[in-house]
Amino acid sequence: MRLLRLTLNQVRYENKAFWRSPAAAFFTFVFPLLFLFITNTIFGSGEMELPGGTASVSNFYVPAIIAFSAISTCYTNIAIRISYAREQGLLKRVRGTPLPSSAFFAGRIIHACLVAILLVIIIVVVGAVLYDVDVPTNTLPAFLLTLAVGAAALCALGLAISALIPNADASPAIVNASILPLLFASDIFIPLDNAPRWLQILGDVFPVKHFSEALQASFNPFETGYGFEGFALLVMAAWGVAGLLIAVRFFKWEPRH
Amino acid sequence: MNSPVIEVKSLWKTYGSTEAVKGIDLRVGSGEVFALLGPNGAGKSTTVEILEGHRTRDSGEVSVLGHDPARAEQRLRERIGIVLQRSGVEPYLTVEESVEMFRNYYPSPSPLDEVLEVTGLTELRRTRVRNLSGGQQRRLDVAIGLAGNPDLLFLDEPTTGFDPAARRNAWDMIRNLKALGKTVFLTTHYLDEAEQLSDRVAIIVRGEIARAGTTSEMTALGGTHISFRLARGGESLPPPFAGTLQPDGRYQLRSSAVTDDLHGLTTWARHMNCELIDLRVARRSLEDIYLELVGRESGAEA
Repeated sequence: MRLLRLTLNQVRYENKAFWRSPAAAFFTFVFPLLFLFITNTIFGSGEMELPGGTASVSNFYVPAIIAFSAISTCYTNIAIRISYAREQGLLKRVRGTPLPSSAFFAGRIIHACLVAILLVIIIVVVGAVLYDVDVPTNTLPAFLLTLAVGAAALCALGLAISALIPNADASPAIVNASILPLLFASDIFIPLDNAPRWLQILGDVFPVKHFSEALQASFNPFETGYGFEGFALLVMAAWGVAGLLIAVRFFKWEPRH
Repeated sequence: MNSPVIEVKSLWKTYGSTEAVKGIDLRVGSGEVFALLGPNGAGKSTTVEILEGHRTRDSGEVSVLGHDPARAEQRLRERIGIVLQRSGVEPYLTVEESVEMFRNYYPSPSPLDEVLEVTGLTELRRTRVRNLSGGQQRRLDVAIGLAGNPDLLFLDEPTTGFDPAARRNAWDMIRNLKALGKTVFLTTHYLDEAEQLSDRVAIIVRGEIARAGTTSEMTALGGTHISFRLARGGESLPPPFAGTLQPDGRYQLRSSAVTDDLHGLTTWARHMNCELIDLRVARRSLEDIYLELVGRESGAEA
């Protein structure tokens, strides 16, 4: 009970600080929406082959941008913000108080997930209204499960990489370098149907492509089943566990000098 | 001394081949303001961080409010407040929200208004942290340290970078804490600050306690300085003053028999008919004693 109360306390203040920080709120919401508009404006009128039939390319970009949103809120934001908190001594200060560290991190993670959920809702609504992309119905449970597993894994990986970042100055560079190439190799910015084999393999190794493809499966208008992508979920979960282990093993409360 | 809040016996800490702390003993009584002084790299920060639970020791006994800080127990953290030298606060929260957030961590926190009052932040309670001046942020650090109504407060260089007026305000604030019955463990580079505020002082040099005692004992031990300048005739000064000419052109004697020495000096001056220019008689300050212990070179950088 105490842990829950303290975690919600963290979420509350984290949320206040988030919405007051213009840069954080702006980039978190504006980037994914900008990508959604650009990709759909340029490519959205094209057609693509899906299992079961042919649909507009918007059916690819809406779930792809959902994946991108979850990545930037759960992975990129958590990693960069934890690095800054460490550099400024906030982590060390918190560690000297009776606040359990689990409440501190849970607060950050829950807040990131709430922001991600809000973004996903906006994207799904925009996709349905502007680009005629069906909201998942029979695949809704699969969609939500994929989101949950993906967000959890991304948060764990965000914590893991923040443990390996030497200082805050380096954090945006390291975090972006770790994720941007993968976005191109993972069926997010460009469909990978005709990509070279090595790029496909690269995408298969990391969790991002599995995340994106599992989301796309739940947006496939021709899917008649539930659309669960068991293997993709397993790969994401495995990465999440690995991230958590790295974070626990290597986490630092103070900056390295 | 009343029951100790902090007790340290033969504390050792080594980093690689560097012996940072070499078997020190410390005792801090309840309700005391205790100052740990020493140049950079003398083992001061290491000692404080071990007491705070931020660092582990190699050997020795450490007890803080009856707990071993190395075990990171929640019950100990509920009773101490730590004001680090440098520590961040969420810049987009207000002063009030920041203190309130930390108050929530503790089972019986200090009343919010009292914390803001003691730290002089009442007027700024709705100001966002990013809009505070450096001194105001430092006071917020102290306010957050007080949020949990701690029995023991660690203050690490609370006034570094303050202008003189802000320092006086901070001193008043620390005196207020003492009046509230808190034990304060202070580290500072300012010796006048330690002399003004602390009941007892320990000076750490090269990992060892070079001297410890009450602040008045320490300064009394140092004796009294008699100093003056002469226009002429210095070569015929009476015995205790002969050969005490300093590089700055003043004669200076550390006297343990002030009345006799002064009598001898003034008798001589009248006899010689020469003026004792700018004659000063002063008890030595903590700073003099400190500089003597750490050596002028390392003292300058501290």
